[in-house]
Amino acid sequence: MAELVTLTIDGKQITAEKGTLVIEAAKKIGIEIPAFCYYEGYSLQAACRMCLVEVEKMPKLQPGCTLPAAEGMVVMTDSPKVVEARKSTLEFLLTNHPLDCPVCDKGGECELQDMVFRYGAGESRFTEIKHHANEKQWSPMVYYDPARCILCYRCIRVCDEGLGVGALGLTHRGVHAEITPSNGDHLECDECGMCIDICPVGALTSGSYRYKSRPWEMNHVGTICAHCSNGCKTTLSIRNGEIMRANNRDQSGINGEFLCAKGRFGYDFVHSEERLQTPLVRKDGELVEASWSEALALVAKKFGDVKAKGGKFGVVGSARTTNEEAYYLQKFARQGLGTANIDHRRSGDVASLLNALAGKRDALATVADLYTTKAALVIGSDLSQQHPLLAFQLRANYRHHGSSTYTVTRGPVREDSYAARSIRFEAGDEIGALDQLREDLSKHASVVILFGDSVKGGDVAKLVAFGDSLGVGVKYVCLMDYSNSRGAWDMGLTHEYGPGYEAAEQRGLSLPEMLAAKDLDVFWAVGANPLADAELGSNDAFVVVQELFLTETARRADVVLPAASAYEKNGTVTNTCGEVQRLKAGAKVMGVKTDLEIMGLLAKEMGLDLGIWTPEKVFEEIRRTVRGYNVQLPIIVTGGAAPTQPVSGQLAVLPDVSLVRSAEDTLFTSGSLGRYSKMLNAAMEAPGKLYKE
Amino acid sequence: MIGNYPTGRQKGALIPMLLYAQDEIGQITEELIDEVSKRLSVNRVEIEEVLGYYTMLHREKRGKHHVQICTNVSCMLRGGEELWEHACGKLGIGNKQTTADGSVSLEEVECIGACSWAPAILVNYDFHFNVTPESLDALIEGLRTKQ
Ligand code: SF4
Ligand code: SF4
Ligand code: SF4
Ligand code: FES
Repeated sequence: MAELVTLTIDGKQITAEKGTLVIEAAKKIGIEIPAFCYYEGYSLQAACRMCLVEVEKMPKLQPGCTLPAAEGMVVMTDSPKVVEARKSTLEFLLTNHPLDCPVCDKGGECELQDMVFRYGAGESRFTEIKHHANEKQWSPMVYYDPARCILCYRCIRVCDEGLGVGALGLTHRGVHAEITPSNGDHLECDECGMCIDICPVGALTSGSYRYKSRPWEMNHVGTICAHCSNGCKTTLSIRNGEIMRANNRDQSGINGEFLCAKGRFGYDFVHSEERLQTPLVRKDGELVEASWSEALALVAKKFGDVKAKGGKFGVVGSARTTNEEAYYLQKFARQGLGTANIDHRRSGDVASLLNALAGKRDALATVADLYTTKAALVIGSDLSQQHPLLAFQLRANYRHHGSSTYTVTRGPVREDSYAARSIRFEAGDEIGALDQLREDLSKHASVVILFGDSVKGGDVAKLVAFGDSLGVGVKYVCLMDYSNSRGAWDMGLTHEYGPGYEAAEQRGLSLPEMLAAKDLDVFWAVGANPLADAELGSNDAFVVVQELFLTETARRADVVLPAASAYEKNGTVTNTCGEVQRLKAGAKVMGVKTDLEIMGLLAKEMGLDLGIWTPEKVFEEIRRTVRGYNVQLPIIVTGGAAPTQPVSGQLAVLPDVSLVRSAEDTLFTSGSLGRYSKMLNAAMEAPGKLYKE
Repeated sequence: MIGNYPTGRQKGALIPMLLYAQDEIGQITEELIDEVSKRLSVNRVEIEEVLGYYTMLHREKRGKHHVQICTNVSCMLRGGEELWEHACGKLGIGNKQTTADGSVSLEEVECIGACSWAPAILVNYDFHFNVTPESLDALIEGLRTKQ
């Protein structure tokens, strides 16, 4: 237990751990000490002097952001001296500030504006001409306006310490001082935009949002990122149905302050001119526009006919549609169409993990666990590229708690720079490296093991046996690709399992088997693009595709139904750690329908009774019937992340692990979706490479 | 040189490394930045920070003899500014410029810590005190012939 000290702040007594910063101690009792350069979680800078406080028996005002609390200390945060000092600091900061608030992106949510509003400094004694420097574009994502910069160093620290990128620095002195990017005049970095978010003023602006809107003209909708499997909360700022920006406004998600380039800039696919907005029906060999009712009637009729004559269906779901949609799709296929041929493209072998963890409690790590575990072992993944949030969490854990990270990868990864040990091993052989790590890992009280797609089947069992042999608390993360890769498995979008990993009544065709089958009558792809790198074996199959874009698969379709993206719908998704979170509809795109609505209308048209198809009702059914999903509703509806429980008991059948393969997306790619993001493709770092650092 | 710094503090070699390298090649080049960044494992931008901060580090090529004339208060009071004007006129170059033959470059500097003997100038690492326009002429001639 750390030593405690008692101090007085503005007449209130508070007991805090010795060494606590006065600014933090004050926060605990509801006293805000204004600050610019201080940012919780990053190194101390003491550059701005905004936080000055008066301390009894100390001759000069002290910066509250670096002053450690001491026994008997008496602090005043609003004495006349302090108030005067604050005014002077603000006056000083404003001497060279352009005061272009009316056109500044930050106007209305600017910390400098707020402080001036609060603490005054309406008058300036500075009558000289302001020093001006032109705004610069550093990358398609990041712009810098030196005149607005208050030199707080926040951007430098978040980039260096938070991301481990270190792309920003401060060059020159005095009035000429400014932030400089890694490559002199341009950035080569992760393009995460974290520096933009953390900038207290409008000095760093976003390539997609700058000069587009005022913050108060938009509705802010917190939802879950549509891209990778980490499940960051991203706040969409919506004006008239259009997403104007995505950022981390309230920092209430599992990702805290974090967002990567995809979450922040990769939303633009939503309003891409290539979006499908009308159903398409093949007539005389050509796909032509049709009405929803015509297209749906056609599909329903065909489905009904094929079902009636006992024909062969092939149904492919997506790792990006919601749990409700995945669940409803498999129900539609199994109960409605009477087919067992259903699958999706799997990117991690979570079934083997759940099987190996049978009977264990709390053995699945959450995103939060990565920040608190004493040690982490990363196997077969370039985490900073493939799982940016998880990588950010591990790095923060190392910075704040000195945790140890071990990597076993086929090539260099960013984590190596601070890893306790890094071992190179060919993909698929990584399990062979474990014995070398046993001694190291068993020294730590808690370990989280994260593994990529190269660890599957029997290797997962071996991995868990290895974890057991360490004699310490071990938790696991099975790394997967997309926003609902985990949910797709859980909801039964596989040919071997129904929802909750119950063995499917009848084992149908897997995705490759469907593609190879010569006698498929109907091929139905919901949010999936399996023909991107494969041919459909059956020439006569009637192909129905629900999609955002005219993908390879949609091009082969007989009917294309334009679907809504994740940013246009409600529902839930499950991240790679097995945490369920809520999607909230933000954007509006004319002409599209959610996959759930499309399926619901099809069911109605076919006269099937598959239950009510609102997201809420389907989720209720999932909670009731899918093993592991009896999650707490209040957590979900308040925008939190509810962990699912591993299914208890061994799985009745083992998964087909030959089908597990990650698409190996980087920071700038995102499967078929990424192709339609202009911003992501505009980055000079795109598409990027794994294992190259 | 890196070995002279305690383990984990090799970054400390950054400034001397840049300085010595500059003495040898006359300027800080892109290749040099890359090399130093590699050897000391510091980000490029950290080197940029140092370069921007310290005036004695130059990205442009300097002359063989880098003449720095102080025009700060003490020197100014004792003719530093006249000295500066004189040097510019004589060499036909301005601040941070180099003569066509590459022999001499000029820089107007702030205090060089030699106020007691003002006006003072610095040629590479050598101080010259109580300089007059005449002695400056002789000095420059000397530098030119010395090559
Ligand atoms: S975008 Fe991200 S990686 Fe690039 S400079 Fe900003 S913080 Fe650093
Ligand atoms: S750009 Fe913004 S975050 Fe960076 S130093 Fe300037 S004011 Fe601070
Ligand atoms: S880490 Fe993944 S979930 Fe988070 S913002 Fe990036 S792509 Fe989205
Ligand atoms: S917040 Fe304390 S000096 Fe900037």
